[in-house]
Amino acid sequence: MTVAKEMRVVKDVTCPFCGVTCDDLEVHVEDGKIRDVKNACVLGKDTFLHHLEGLATPRIDGKPASIEACIEAAADILARAKYPLIYGLDSTELHAHRKAIELADLIGANIDHTSSVCHAPSLQAVQTVGIPSCTVGEVKNRADLVIFWGANPAEAHPRHPTRYSVTVKGMFTPQGRKDRTVIHIDVRRTPTSRMADTFIQIKPHSDYEVFSTLTALVNGHDLDVSEVGGVPLQEWRDLVEVMKGAKFGILYWGMGLTMTRGKYLNVVALLRLCQELNRFTKFLGAPLRGHGNVVGMAQVLTWQTGFPFAVNMSRGYPRFNPGEFSVADLLGRGEVDAALIIAADAIGNFPAKAAQHLKSIPLIAVDPKESETTKVAQVVIPAAQAAVAAEGVAYRMDHIPLPLKKVVDSPYPSDREILDRIIARVLAKRPDDGAKRAAPLPRG
Amino acid sequence: MASAIRIKGGRVYDPLHGLNGVVKDLCVEDGKIVQECHGAAEVIDATNLVILPGGVDIHTHIASPAVNAARGLRPEDHRLLCCPRKPGLRSGVGFTVPSTFTTGYLYAQLGYTTVMEAATPPIGTRHTHEELNDIPMVDKGCYLLMGNNEFILQYLKSGDLEKIKRYVAWLLHSLKGFGLKLVNPGGVEQWKYGKDVEGLDEKVNHFDVTPRQILQALTWVNEELGLPHSIHIHANRLGVPGNYQVTLETMRALEGKRVHMAHVQFHSYGGEDYVSFTSKAKEMADYINGHPNVTVDVGQVVFGDATTITADGPWQYRLHKLTKNKWYNLDVEVETGSGIVPYTYREKNYVNALQWAIGLETFLLIKDPWRVFLSTDHPNGGPFLYYPWIIKLLMDAEFRSQMLKRVHKRVLSHTMLPHLSREYSLYEIAIITRAGPARALGLRNKGHLGPGADADIAIYVDAKDKEEMFERAAYVLKDGKIVVRDGEVVESCPGRTIFAEVPGDDDLLTELRDKFEKYYTVEIGNFPIPLEDLPFHQAVPTGRPV
Repeated sequence: MTVAKEMRVVKDVTCPFCGVTCDDLEVHVEDGKIRDVKNACVLGKDTFLHHLEGLATPRIDGKPASIEACIEAAADILARAKYPLIYGLDSTELHAHRKAIELADLIGANIDHTSSVCHAPSLQAVQTVGIPSCTVGEVKNRADLVIFWGANPAEAHPRHPTRYSVTVKGMFTPQGRKDRTVIHIDVRRTPTSRMADTFIQIKPHSDYEVFSTLTALVNGHDLDVSEVGGVPLQEWRDLVEVMKGAKFGILYWGMGLTMTRGKYLNVVALLRLCQELNRFTKFLGAPLRGHGNVVGMAQVLTWQTGFPFAVNMSRGYPRFNPGEFSVADLLGRGEVDAALIIAADAIGNFPAKAAQHLKSIPLIAVDPKESETTKVAQVVIPAAQAAVAAEGVAYRMDHIPLPLKKVVDSPYPSDREILDRIIARVLAKRPDDGAKRAAPLPRG
Repeated sequence: MASAIRIKGGRVYDPLHGLNGVVKDLCVEDGKIVQECHGAAEVIDATNLVILPGGVDIHTHIASPAVNAARGLRPEDHRLLCCPRKPGLRSGVGFTVPSTFTTGYLYAQLGYTTVMEAATPPIGTRHTHEELNDIPMVDKGCYLLMGNNEFILQYLKSGDLEKIKRYVAWLLHSLKGFGLKLVNPGGVEQWKYGKDVEGLDEKVNHFDVTPRQILQALTWVNEELGLPHSIHIHANRLGVPGNYQVTLETMRALEGKRVHMAHVQFHSYGGEDYVSFTSKAKEMADYINGHPNVTVDVGQVVFGDATTITADGPWQYRLHKLTKNKWYNLDVEVETGSGIVPYTYREKNYVNALQWAIGLETFLLIKDPWRVFLSTDHPNGGPFLYYPWIIKLLMDAEFRSQMLKRVHKRVLSHTMLPHLSREYSLYEIAIITRAGPARALGLRNKGHLGPGADADIAIYVDAKDKEEMFERAAYVLKDGKIVVRDGEVVESCPGRTIFAEVPGDDDLLTELRDKFEKYYTVEIGNFPIPLEDLPFHQAVPTGRPV
């Protein structure tokens, strides 16, 4: 046993908080505790500095239990369930995603993740019309017009503007901010408006109408109205000229479009506008995504099942149907009979009706921290926090994967290990499920 | 004692060793083919069965950021093929862009055991490897996209070839790539401001270099590094009428150098537009026949649904405008672009039907089967599931002429197909799907059945209908284990990721660190992929080519 004080600095650390996925953090560790974090925004700093606060403890029915007993209890619930749900998975990493989907495949579960209640409409819009897009480095190197629509990166993605989109200098944007026109369009002023050259305030729920208007103007039609979305038509005409005149434009959107009236249709209209603009110049669009690694879960789910969210395995193969297999709908209709919530707080964030159903069924929570979900779960399994106490991979909002480091130790297993052990126990409870071997060949 | 298998009494087709249907026992031990089994072995009675090396696909798109984007883009495609979970196996979906596990199972059922992902952007290669890790049953590798890399363009502008070589080596080493891929060299860089290049001598915006210079520099680098596979080229102007000239010019620019021209069908078009669209397969084949430095894969078109996925961004935009189908585009910082457009090839569409004919002409006019390989550029020309149908077209002239009667009438007067009576033999099929691609890839343990080869073996029931024969292998052995029986996967195996063993070059790091800071958005320390991320892997030595 060594008693010497351990001090070290871990460089190039990837932050798990949001989809900007900064990978330049410097984390100072002293005796297994994080003392300081350099380069991070306030949100990222918080994630690392408070990693030891509010930790969950292993328990069954509110009573302390060993991790092993918790895993056994979780496997019991899941092996017995007829129509289970696996949900969460934003605040974890690629290998845990893999294992969660494997478990869903094994028990015929519904599997969904936090996209379902944030940018799922964006995913549906892409499925409808596609998307002209790029990685954030293209914006850094080339964009001379950046539009934020229904989004507030100044508060939700604090380093996006400085690293990728507004002030940053790149290959063909040597003067950074001076080389870019920045426009903010939203229903109200936010700190993002202060970064912008122009702020356009539109009426709530008028986004679809405004996108359609802009597309018509881009296509050379004029409209017989004086204002659209509470803004004079002339302002939209001017905006179209700015868009067509840019060398490289990008339109970033946020949940202001996906979670308001029109939902995915708003984004369809936005994407059509971006596609049309490519007749005149380079014009791209991208969602400002990511609480945690929600983009990563959509990636892994897509390569393993073909679908990005709301997947059902009850027939033995993956099916996709938002509205039927999406988490809020499954819970709202009271359909699932057991749930595993991992790396997300479902009860703390869901509508009352959905939360109510979760409380009424056998519920397993896997989380590093106590949450509204762990408070009521029948089985609570604490996990080592991904990107802090467990390594792995996380995806940036533009689908670029980055390695997550294990900065400090945790007494608890990682999400990946917990899921792996649950899978092993579920398999053990189904003796007929071992790979069926063909009859042995003759020997000679 | 390790597992041993004796395959008794089958007809063996092993072109590398000149075995053309010879009845012969094969012995397998410890995952390798051996001269003779030591002691007891399991026996596969292969009497009346046909034995080939496991299939090798030199050009397919099964794992990459763009492939996954295509999966996400096409929920309507997946319901055409649902694959339920079985004990020990995972569930999944098809059809043109299958999920990962299903991709492995489907390839194995056809008798394929080695497949090469033909395009991965360096910054997305971590993703590509994670997907490859989830593709079981086959050995696999990936080619890194280089033809529009802005660091390479910068070095080229300053004439520093040596630096390009060191940078390419660093990329291959850091990212565990197998080969170099050029896609529309120069054109994708132009696309970043919405343009393309017309020919080999057009200057690329901002960089003052031409596609010709890019082609020549990277081909030189490929040979200097002694990579197992030649440079792998998707030429400029894919899909565009009249593009055969730029394709010929590309090959002429690299005369005497090892070069692989990908999906050459898409680059063999004459005419000025899609109305005057004609076949130039003859001109292409004539050139290729006279130049043994060139290998090609065909990129055969198959009628029905396809998903076009390519790093060739400007072409995908053109296809979107042409078809009005949904359009995905992702430009990748510093490196490349990518685009996806769903597409349906129709028998009664003149252009599609002629594309189909051009592919077959290419197969039939190139005389040396060791230099023309079966591919559909999956899923661009159609899914790999149709390889057996293509084999039937090649082996059965009667079937070909029946098909020709079904397709658009105008094709008949624009193709040489009715005059090509050549029928591929089983031996030649074994070359274009096994021995040939393995040789072009420089994989000495693949594509043959001699002692020392990996025991990747496909066994088929010989049938008159060759499509039926190749659709479901009777047995497939992967590394000496039976993984497919009667066309069904009976056991999963992970397969290995194959990469070229290029020495690292850390002296370049200081300079690259500065470039990364200026132009990328990730730390250079987070760019390389550690070997531990590839749980099953195999390094292929580099050096002078075979």
